[in-house]
Amino acid sequence: MAEQASVQEVADAMYKMIKDSMGQKKWKATDLTKAVNELFGERCDKNIAKSAIRDLIESGKCVYTYFGGSFIEIPHKEGAEN
Amino acid sequence: MPEKKRKTPKLDELEKGAWPSFVKEIKTAAEKNAMAEDLLGQLERSYEEKIGHWKHGGIVGVLGYGGGVIGRYSDLPEEFPNVSHFHTMRINQPAGWFYTSDVLRKLCDIWEKHGSGLTNVHGSTGDLVFLGTRTEELEPTFKELTDLGFDLGGSGSDVRTPSCCCGMARCEWACYDTMALTYFLTMHYQDELHRPAFPYKWKFKMSGCPNDCVAAIARSDMSIIGTWRDDIRVDNAAVTEYAKSGMNIERDVVGNCPAKCMEWDGKEIKIDNKACVKCMHCINAMPKALAPGKDRGACILIGAKAPIVEGALLSSVLIPFIKLEPPYAELIDLVDRIHEVWSENGKNRERVGEFIQRVGMGNFLEAIGVEPIPEMVAHPRENPYVFYEEFFEEESEENPKP
Ligand code: SF4
Ligand code: SF4
Repeated sequence: MAEQASVQEVADAMYKMIKDSMGQKKWKATDLTKAVNELFGERCDKNIAKSAIRDLIESGKCVYTYFGGSFIEIPHKEGAEN
Repeated sequence: MPEKKRKTPKLDELEKGAWPSFVKEIKTAAEKNAMAEDLLGQLERSYEEKIGHWKHGGIVGVLGYGGGVIGRYSDLPEEFPNVSHFHTMRINQPAGWFYTSDVLRKLCDIWEKHGSGLTNVHGSTGDLVFLGTRTEELEPTFKELTDLGFDLGGSGSDVRTPSCCCGMARCEWACYDTMALTYFLTMHYQDELHRPAFPYKWKFKMSGCPNDCVAAIARSDMSIIGTWRDDIRVDNAAVTEYAKSGMNIERDVVGNCPAKCMEWDGKEIKIDNKACVKCMHCINAMPKALAPGKDRGACILIGAKAPIVEGALLSSVLIPFIKLEPPYAELIDLVDRIHEVWSENGKNRERVGEFIQRVGMGNFLEAIGVEPIPEMVAHPRENPYVFYEEFFEEESEENPKP
């Protein structure tokens, strides 16, 4: 069996997905989990994905946003504040 | 201190009449808080123009949390600068809403220091709601709240703050300890409460008996409502007392039993307990004479919601009876299976009740590994074409179609 992906590795992959699709797609936690499961296959399970999201949020690299539902985004200037 | 008093003729109308008025409370707050003063101005403007002037949602929150703060901005910031930001904070209420007056004073002090001073105790979510603050005040408020032993509640696509009736703390009819379960669920699902990971919101509401004082059946994705499975306890001497004091037992108790499972011969109440639907009517009518049975637990129902994206739904029976005692392993196992199936397959902003409607109760039950039983039938069958799997198997293996 392949070695498990590290939380850092998965967090980096998630961050890249969010960054590369900024302005085109909003990611929910479930979408990110599914995407890294596809990318890493059996090397990544739900718990690793959950920890990776937690790391992204707690490091401040990403934030939760609310637009009808909850999404995970790279911090940006608040649109509604303008 | 705000300098001028605004003219608010439209809002003033809402102070007339017999009931307490939120306008009066905002005016009181406005005497010493500029946010409350501008709130009056913007509200009057909305009443004049018949449109709202709030922009909702966005990015605001406290570090690490995805819930508990609802971003709100005025779209008239030049005119009402003190409410240009007017974010709401949801504070996780203690189970059963028990506070000391000392702690309430401290909460109000925090909010007068950092926000508008206006609260909503309690909001329809169950939380204690702080109404109106600026982005830069969120972290300092959160720090003071946590120092006082409080935390933010849920918002967005997460587990919302679980809420319950006062249960065994004050009510003899509680069939399980609603406050203990609420506290347990709040602590067990901390991660899901603060880090939104679902297609949409998920609400737990706990009522100790079918009177359902927190309206769990109408307002929660999982309604946990106390019930019993043995016989209603009857004290016939006390029933006779009710009759002597003028109660018309035949008309007002027996006649209103929805299951028509009671009889009164002038001396004794007889109940066909197998037919009783546990509506609580007779017990509410004669609390000194009747009481829920002793074999108590709860019924778990699934899928209620208020009308937001789609119409309102009431929850329907999933588990007719479950004993609810720590460590609640059976309940947690069930909830986790539901969360997994719904998270994996639910659409964005699809509540679990809507998800069940879309995929069908049969498929949902199969996916969560629960056997269908008659108690789950929410209403009579509408589709007369019923297919039995056994029939298909027989047909395909032994008796193939020509
Ligand atoms: S729901 Fe039942 S147990 Fe809870 S407070 Fe109301 S009457 Fe009492
Ligand atoms: S609880 Fe309701 S259904 Fe049961 S006996 Fe009393 S009135 Fe009838």
